[in-house]
Amino acid sequence: MSSTALSASHGAFDDVAHGGGEHHHHDDGSKTLLGFWIYLMSDCLIFSGLFATFAVLANATAGGPSGKELFELPYVLGETMLLLVSSVTFGMAMLNMHAGRKGQLLAWLAVTFVFGAGFIGMEVHEFAKLIQEGAGPDRSAFLSSYFTLVGTHGLHVTCGLIWLVVMMDMVRRHGLNDATRRRLSCLSLFWHFLDIVWICVFTFVYLRGAI
Amino acid sequence: MFGKLTLDAIPYHEPIVMGTLAAVILGGLALFAVVTKYRLWGYLWKEWFTSVDHKKIGVMYIIVALVMLLRGFSDAIMMRLQQAMAASDAAGYLPPHHFDQVFTAHGVIMIFFVAMPFITGLMNLVVPLQIGARDVAYPFLNSLSFWLFVSGVVLVMVSLFVGDFAATGWLAYPPLSGLQYSPTVGVDYYIWSLQLSGLGTTLSGINFIVTIMKMRTPGMTLMKMPVFTWTSLVTNILIVAAFPVLTVTLALLTADRYLGTHFFTNELGGNAMMYVNLIWIWGHPEVYILILPCFGAYSEIVATFAKKPLFGYKSMVYATSCIGVLSFVVWLHHFFTMGSGASVNAFFGITTMIISVPTGAKLFNWLFTMYRGRVQFTVPMLWTVGFMVTFVIGGVTGVLMAVPGADFVLHNSVFLIAHFHNVIIGGVVFGVFAAINYWFPKAFGFRLNEFWGKASFWCWLVGFYLAFMPLYVLGLKGMTRRMNHYANPDWQPYLIVAALGAAVIAVGIFCTLVQFYVSVRDRKKLTDPSGDPWGGRTLEWSISSPAPFYNFATLPQVRELDQFWEDKQNGVAYVQPAKYEDIHMPRNTGVGVVMGAFGTVLGFALVWHIWWLAAVGLLGMIGAFIARAYDTDVDYWVPAAEVERIERSRHARLQQFQTTQVAPVAAPSRQKVA
Repeated sequence: MSSTALSASHGAFDDVAHGGGEHHHHDDGSKTLLGFWIYLMSDCLIFSGLFATFAVLANATAGGPSGKELFELPYVLGETMLLLVSSVTFGMAMLNMHAGRKGQLLAWLAVTFVFGAGFIGMEVHEFAKLIQEGAGPDRSAFLSSYFTLVGTHGLHVTCGLIWLVVMMDMVRRHGLNDATRRRLSCLSLFWHFLDIVWICVFTFVYLRGAI
Repeated sequence: MFGKLTLDAIPYHEPIVMGTLAAVILGGLALFAVVTKYRLWGYLWKEWFTSVDHKKIGVMYIIVALVMLLRGFSDAIMMRLQQAMAASDAAGYLPPHHFDQVFTAHGVIMIFFVAMPFITGLMNLVVPLQIGARDVAYPFLNSLSFWLFVSGVVLVMVSLFVGDFAATGWLAYPPLSGLQYSPTVGVDYYIWSLQLSGLGTTLSGINFIVTIMKMRTPGMTLMKMPVFTWTSLVTNILIVAAFPVLTVTLALLTADRYLGTHFFTNELGGNAMMYVNLIWIWGHPEVYILILPCFGAYSEIVATFAKKPLFGYKSMVYATSCIGVLSFVVWLHHFFTMGSGASVNAFFGITTMIISVPTGAKLFNWLFTMYRGRVQFTVPMLWTVGFMVTFVIGGVTGVLMAVPGADFVLHNSVFLIAHFHNVIIGGVVFGVFAAINYWFPKAFGFRLNEFWGKASFWCWLVGFYLAFMPLYVLGLKGMTRRMNHYANPDWQPYLIVAALGAAVIAVGIFCTLVQFYVSVRDRKKLTDPSGDPWGGRTLEWSISSPAPFYNFATLPQVRELDQFWEDKQNGVAYVQPAKYEDIHMPRNTGVGVVMGAFGTVLGFALVWHIWWLAAVGLLGMIGAFIARAYDTDVDYWVPAAEVERIERSRHARLQQFQTTQVAPVAAPSRQKVA
């Protein structure tokens, strides 16, 4: 089909096609990135709602354990380091993407995945331990908000991991074209955004809670 | 296997529900038979369901909204009838539990599944045309938004026949909406239908912000955008800023109901007031999300039919933006009585009064636009004038309740009910009908019948005043909202008048349906060959009616506000370009439909705790989305020759029309102004 051939030669427009001809002065990459930034801000509002909820309920321990009794800062620091390092490795991946080195890009993405999965593993372990100790989300409003805030972040990282796998496969199949580059840029933004959120979690939930 | 779902979930013992079910099934079967008989399934699937064309998506939003308007309005009629009957010893015909579901469903449906899709549909239809774009920024996402909204609609409708709906009021305050006091699936239906459609709304918001920021035609700076586009921009910013809060709030309520957490419960540290705060941090911007695009539509209509440029364009833009900002600092006025203290109440009372200032500025702008204009009282203009009168009354009663002391008397009374219906019917509903009458020719190529349009307007206007003015009086007399029965017989005459008012509105809705029928029947007579039936000012009127699927063969150059009007003045509005170019367009896709279907499955399974089915729904949604990401055949090019053919036939029709008419369509308005 001739139109298919045409679209292949204009791969830049990919899935955010809008109908710009040659005289249309909008390039699609910038459109996607703007949209993704706006999405991130809306996601940021989701977290701000959860942080606000946590702030309101932080002292509502209802006679149950408080953060000071529950949180093990060294363990959480380990978690934090995994996630922070994964941001650095994602940065390395992006450098290689811009340099057009597909193999190294894939390798760094894999490393990022390992660190991200390690973070999730530690978090799941921490949650399981708390629940076992009788400090589950149903124990008090404080623990409800703690599990929801930290768990929502974990859920985001999990989505990021699935996205990582999909992107690695897509880069392997389709190579580095405008679509995969654009999507990796979005994923990179997403990943660093989750890092920033985690720094807030670490500060306001764990450090403040441990005082 | 089926979670909490058993055959008992179907309310056999409720004759009203079963009668409705029978009617829905019969109607559905009839519709199915007609579509099958005329072999329309393929057409519907190819041309509509899988379409990523913003105009078609807009039309589908509005059709669903009209259907849901009938549902929401039958709830209204039931309530008015019940309250007209159930005085002193009479119990009326609705048992309390059913009545509670009816007022909840009425509120939820009217806001989320009528007003919102009307607004989103109008923005879809109009915004890309006004800014000279060929589609929205993310056409697939747009289709996905629509189908997520539809899955929310499906869940609400299913709740009528399988299980029950929330009986909590439209915002589902805990602890009433918690598991302890609402153990049935009603609140779960509420939660999941709102989460699904809310996700769609958020995606739409992002889509339209990027569309407006990035896809305006060359030369159209922000301050040269039509006012409707401006109001849409602010509304979409509000959507992106407010809907995540709704998502969080409902998610926390969900956690309370599904995971045993204690956000809003009465024990173990839960804080129900936090829900009330959170939901209104979304809820107050929401009312501006609904009204602002209507303000935009009125602005376009007033300028068009007064044959004058809009008075105070800049002040209109600033007023809209001010309202957008202020809408986030007034939420507490919804619960002055709930213990915030005098200082906090004073702050929110004052911010609420301040918000009426930019709104007042807008009203004066519309008045001054009409002043010394040659106003044509067409159907859209009638709705607009009706709005200006009605909305002022609603605004004044709103400012009255912004005084915390007065609110302590009026809170949760039917005075409040009268107030917000006054602004929502008088503002949003009138605005939507004005806009539908105004932009209908652009979507379908023929105008709507004037007679039935006017009949509908007068019925709505008279019906509205009959239905809600008595409620103001009753509110001052002390009648609270949501009463299934009342002991004071003095109230009954007022409520009978209100019920009559609802009946008059019903006639108005009937007139609208007749209007559609008659207009489709007489579409040849009502045809709009010029593409500019009203002597319009903005770019959407420069192209043919119905708009070609690519909207603009060549992108218009904008130098002025109301560029098309200027072009008509200078006689260059319909100049054909020397040569046409290939046009790049997105390809239709069924992924949005598939994801919406899986979303419905997911929502239904979660409502009934059918976990395996929920997993199927979720994985289906994710899988379809990923599959879409791998699809590289998502667009195509329309060859220049094809564009040329379509445009030539358009210009041929235009010329024929202009020679057969005594006066060309653009000319008379020009002479009038001169």
